[in-house]
Amino acid sequence: MTVIQFEQVHFTYPGEEHESLCGVDLQIEAGTFVAVLGHNGSGKSTLAKHMNAILTPTEGRVLVRGVDTADEERLLDVRRSVGMVFQNPDNQIVANVVEDDVAFAPENLGVAPEEIRRRVDEALETVGMSEFKQHAPHLLSGGQKQRVAIAGVLAMQPEIIVLDEPTAMLDPQGRREVISTVTRLCREKGMTVVLITHHMDECIGADRLVVMSNGRIVADGAPAEVFSRVELMEQEGLTVPETTRLLYDLNAEGLALPLTALEIDACAELIAEKIR
Amino acid sequence: MLKDITLGQFFPGDTLVHRLDARTKLIWLLLYIVALFQAKSWWSYGLVIAVTVLCMAVSRISPKNIFKGLKPMLFIIVLTGLLNIFYTTGTPILPGWIVTWEGIGRAVAMILRITLLIAGTFLLTYTTSPIALTDGLEKLLTPLKKLHVPVHEMTIMMSMALRFIPTLIEETDKIMSAQKARGADFETGRLIDRARALLPILVPLFVSAFRRADELAVAMESRCYHGGEGRTRMKQMKLQSIDYLALIFGLVFLAAVIVLRHFGL
Repeated sequence: MTVIQFEQVHFTYPGEEHESLCGVDLQIEAGTFVAVLGHNGSGKSTLAKHMNAILTPTEGRVLVRGVDTADEERLLDVRRSVGMVFQNPDNQIVANVVEDDVAFAPENLGVAPEEIRRRVDEALETVGMSEFKQHAPHLLSGGQKQRVAIAGVLAMQPEIIVLDEPTAMLDPQGRREVISTVTRLCREKGMTVVLITHHMDECIGADRLVVMSNGRIVADGAPAEVFSRVELMEQEGLTVPETTRLLYDLNAEGLALPLTALEIDACAELIAEKIR
Repeated sequence: MLKDITLGQFFPGDTLVHRLDARTKLIWLLLYIVALFQAKSWWSYGLVIAVTVLCMAVSRISPKNIFKGLKPMLFIIVLTGLLNIFYTTGTPILPGWIVTWEGIGRAVAMILRITLLIAGTFLLTYTTSPIALTDGLEKLLTPLKKLHVPVHEMTIMMSMALRFIPTLIEETDKIMSAQKARGADFETGRLIDRARALLPILVPLFVSAFRRADELAVAMESRCYHGGEGRTRMKQMKLQSIDYLALIFGLVFLAAVIVLRHFGL
């Protein structure tokens, strides 16, 4: 089932001449983990902001579970089904206590108090932050804050979660925490996950990788398949995973290896087999 | 230096005072302030002091913390005292002196009044979490919604401001360090020089505060925030029997002060 559908979407920020999205067609299927990769200014954040009607297309349309995001009457329906997590964890936490922050979205939706309590506990459990329930958010690490932000979105019980560069401001430890949480949401809870990033290593675990450049989708497919197009990726100013790079360089030296091994172990095995 | 800001500071605890509903404590503060301004004689001041000390003891807030909060107000307190000493007419303490017995009496009374006023307010903020406080305020002011007073908007702004105080303090520290690393001097020089040195801190701080506000607004909307209408709360506020007891105690206290005043004591 298609949960998010972009149909020939064009978008220009007010007061700008340059189009940020130039005719994007994209369909996202339920339960998949989709990574969107692109360098700064490629339009990937703009794409994300169209998924829960923060921005609406200048031309074309976006459907979220069949609802047009431009339909203001159904704005809450769209936002309730698509949870957004942003880059800066500090600027999306609204309360002085972790559990109060997680309760914010269901409170806005008018959920009954006992039900909110249940959802908050469950959401914090899912992201592994239950023991920090009573903590002040500003005393947590970046990765922990971002997990609280994810819990805050989960308490809304969305079907889709869109993360707009959630790891850009985090240290390596925090990045791992966030990515493993997000992967688990998709694999164990069956949620649809859209991860916007410029770290190619965060895309390896995704089901599908969409590469954006200058407001257009330039590649779309399984991560291994997309990364194997090394020339294209480099032309777009993106690096490929070190494993792909190694296999590519070896191929240039005359070894005919497939470029599809992204994991380090799989890559090592492939090379070992070849040179044996 | 910035760490000393006590605004909105809260000392978590599990005393009787901590457990009281925020609304009870807000009403209590109101009763306390009225009582304080009704106090005229030393007897009534004694009563107010006794009640304040009792509250401090029950809530286990040390006087040290109260005095720390008083420090920034010291100038105003001393000034009020001095003005009252020198500008009250009556019997001079020594023939020909400007200082009168009445003046000293009034100065002491004024100083007591301000100190107790601040101490009472601090007892409230020290024992009540900012969220509970703003929630309590919203509940208490609900009747004003009928008069189209934006009560929900005001209280949500208050709680957002409280939420961002630590974040902005952290940021100010960061900017100051960055400026110091490039040779800025905040500690020496005349007052005007030091004030001027603050400008390079304020500009980036304001720019970032606006950016934060913008991002926060988008994040709130993404989480379905659409004003106070139809909003529920996870933590329901319920008045317990101790709240009613505390309120009765507060009313008795106020009545006692008024009675003392009536009898000219």
